Amino acid sequence: MEFYRSHVLICTGTGCTSSNSRALIDTLKKELVENGLEKEIQVIETGCFGFCNLGPIMVVYPEGVFYCRVSEADLREVVQEHFVKGRVVQRLLYHEPNSTVKTTEFDEIEFFKHQKRVALSNCGVIDPEKIEEYIARDGYFALAKVLHEMTPAQVIEEIKKSGLRGRGGGGFPTGMKWEFAAKAPGDQKYVVCNADEGDPGAFMDRSVLEGDPHAVLEAMAIAGYAIGANQGYIYVRAEYPIAVERLTKAIEQARKLGLLGKNIFGMGFDFDIGLRLGAGAFVCGEETALLTSVEGRRGEPRPRPPFPANKGLWEKPTIINNVETFANIPRIIRYGADWFASMGTEKSKGTKVFALAGKIKNTGLIEVPMGTTLRTIVYDIGGGILNDKEFKAVQIGGPSGGCIPAALLDTPIDYDNLIAAGAMMGSGGLIVMDNDTCMVDIARFFLEFTQDESCGKCPPCRIGTKRMLEILTRITEGKGKPEDIDNLEALAKTIKSSALCALGQTSPNPILSTLKYFRDEYEAHIHDKKCPAGVCQALLSYTIIEDKCRGCGLCARNCPVNAISGKVKEPYVIDREKCIKCGACMEKCKFGAIERK
Amino acid sequence: MSCQCKGEAGQGKKYAFIDRIIERHKDEKGSMIPILHEVQQEMGYLPEDVQAYIAQKLGVPLSEVYGIVTFYALFNTKPKGKHKISICLGTACYVRGAGKILEEFEKQLNIKVGETTPDGLFTLEGCRCLGACGLAPVLTVDEHVHGRLKTSDVAEIIAQYKEEK
Amino acid sequence: MRSLDELKKLKAKTQKEISTREKTGKPTIIVHMGTCGIANGAREVLNAALAELKERNLTDIHVTQTGCPGLCHLEPLVTISEPGKKPCVYGKVSVENMKRIILQHVVNGQPVTEWLVNLEK
Repeated sequence: MEFYRSHVLICTGTGCTSSNSRALIDTLKKELVENGLEKEIQVIETGCFGFCNLGPIMVVYPEGVFYCRVSEADLREVVQEHFVKGRVVQRLLYHEPNSTVKTTEFDEIEFFKHQKRVALSNCGVIDPEKIEEYIARDGYFALAKVLHEMTPAQVIEEIKKSGLRGRGGGGFPTGMKWEFAAKAPGDQKYVVCNADEGDPGAFMDRSVLEGDPHAVLEAMAIAGYAIGANQGYIYVRAEYPIAVERLTKAIEQARKLGLLGKNIFGMGFDFDIGLRLGAGAFVCGEETALLTSVEGRRGEPRPRPPFPANKGLWEKPTIINNVETFANIPRIIRYGADWFASMGTEKSKGTKVFALAGKIKNTGLIEVPMGTTLRTIVYDIGGGILNDKEFKAVQIGGPSGGCIPAALLDTPIDYDNLIAAGAMMGSGGLIVMDNDTCMVDIARFFLEFTQDESCGKCPPCRIGTKRMLEILTRITEGKGKPEDIDNLEALAKTIKSSALCALGQTSPNPILSTLKYFRDEYEAHIHDKKCPAGVCQALLSYTIIEDKCRGCGLCARNCPVNAISGKVKEPYVIDREKCIKCGACMEKCKFGAIERK
Repeated sequence: MSCQCKGEAGQGKKYAFIDRIIERHKDEKGSMIPILHEVQQEMGYLPEDVQAYIAQKLGVPLSEVYGIVTFYALFNTKPKGKHKISICLGTACYVRGAGKILEEFEKQLNIKVGETTPDGLFTLEGCRCLGACGLAPVLTVDEHVHGRLKTSDVAEIIAQYKEEK
Repeated sequence: MRSLDELKKLKAKTQKEISTREKTGKPTIIVHMGTCGIANGAREVLNAALAELKERNLTDIHVTQTGCPGLCHLEPLVTISEPGKKPCVYGKVSVENMKRIILQHVVNGQPVTEWLVNLEK
């Protein structure tokens, strides 16, 4: 066994890989060899720390020093100063957005301080490509425990007692789902992991798969034991190449150690897992559509009942759980249902992972106890709004979710409160919006998405989303009619009650929630032909404020259509007829003399 | 790498690699989608005669293969440019200005989204969320992800891949 | 994996390897590596500490480095820091001394008082 005095963890999740962390690892290894430190200091590739905005991220143990935005050029200094002389390189440390004080250790950083990591507990701590590191942190002991000490019924009872609800969207109690499948008659049953994380702006499942793939494999085997299945499938998006690679490796390693395959732990239980790649169809995140896709057909949903627990994959009893749901299972078995149920609110137990993105300072991945308020997430963890602008809304739950306004910032987030607010947990994407975001445009954005992804099987979704999109487009183009709002509401209600699957049923949510909280914006678009946020191009006009214009002529030189004219040192004028509203003049003006309304 | 077979090759012999892929999956249930993935990986796209070939080998109607190929966004029936520029149009990227980046590419490459440049060098696409929202707006060129983009980065990215050829 | 014991063994083995990343609650050996320290052989002392820990399979003891505390004439300096206790600073540490500090102080919890340079011994 090699003994290294120091471990350097570098994130190789999608975020940091995009920030060039691979090249960083190669250079660091080279530098260490040059300084003769390669036997003292070990470089470890880990999964996501969650703080993607600061990538590439590097953490040095045993001190736990957190370096961010490290470039290849910085490495020589880190090796010379930190690894040879023991002096922390101050300029690479993190400092809070609202202060200049540098923070050395990463558990002191505000972004991490308010978090409680359960599903993500191994992400950024272990090397996901080494099954041994997962085992060293009690991995596969939960599987050992259920096989040695528990009956399938006891496992299901434990999951039920924990209060775990599905993390993929609907929030159905996981234990009950398992119980239905366990009780369904059938010689062959299946366990399916839904890793088709299609919601735009959501990446928690990707991070779990990249950072802790074995947790999902272990959980699936536990589920297999509980319901009496010996085959599992993971349906993962092809858009996540790193996750696919890590899962493939993890399955191989687990098979090699006999943790998947025949007669696991010599207890007579067989379980194996196959990987299925999605092919770019959002609707396949819906469980019945996902199953048809695994079967190798067009991923179209079908009516429920029968539910998959009775008739699922190839008509056999099947459970489908999402990645994050599975990631909680081994921890519940190890630490007990009571431990898990001690976190969260009355009806939503445990923690929830959220992907924090949009107009916020600290973007990344966070995990907090259920019931944490939006304010804590946006201001304490997220560090507030980008450029200190005003918070307007947060969009939660993707195309099936809704927008939550500032007035509800203090609402504790759980499944039921979100539904009451007109949104839903969805898979947990949180997109923060400021005053520069137009809510009508956002509703249109989501409708364009659902319209595009509608599989076309049922008319309410196929035709209904098309009509709603047409109305929204019309409004953003300044051609809205007074009756449009009523028509949108009527259409929304019909689609909600008549569409075949969740994709269609929830597609009006972005419209209904923005209408509920930002009706005035719709009205401004329709009646006054104005876009208050200054987004909808057709409703904007650019003007030069005479008092502020110094007559430098920079705007006129940059105008692509020569719509600006004037004499040097006198205020310039924009010709509204010619102006194509590209905004180039506004970007260039140094005096803030151009106004967009 | 990529097979240069043209349309008349439907008769079979030229697609030995497809036979190998099908052979590998023969005992697997529901193997159609994995097979199409692998064939596309080799060829870059799935022209009609290839679809017909696969249908015949698997003993299913061509309509079923065609139905699957056209249902899923990742399967292409037309050849793509040498470099594929995919701009993420997920929500996080959208609110951080991905639309402007896309427009800039359209302008500089002088093609619309979904099209390929006449020299066959670039295909421009909008794509679904890449899950790199922390770095929004992002795009991928082939397998490489570029993040924290500004419209001023566009020219540089194009130049970089032009040089690589 | 044919039995739970095998899993336990594998865990115990790897756990030692990754303990560098965990807070172990054990003493930490801090070697002062300023220019003066390095000139006086701090590097050798550090290597000796690592070798001794490996020899004794004490991989849950963390070894870190820090800069010069200002007592240049007493270099090389080594501090043993333990959670909840006053740090002990040793001066003019040689390779041999380092081994004894590990055995007597780190393993058995008895500071080698005659080598301590803290003001109040």
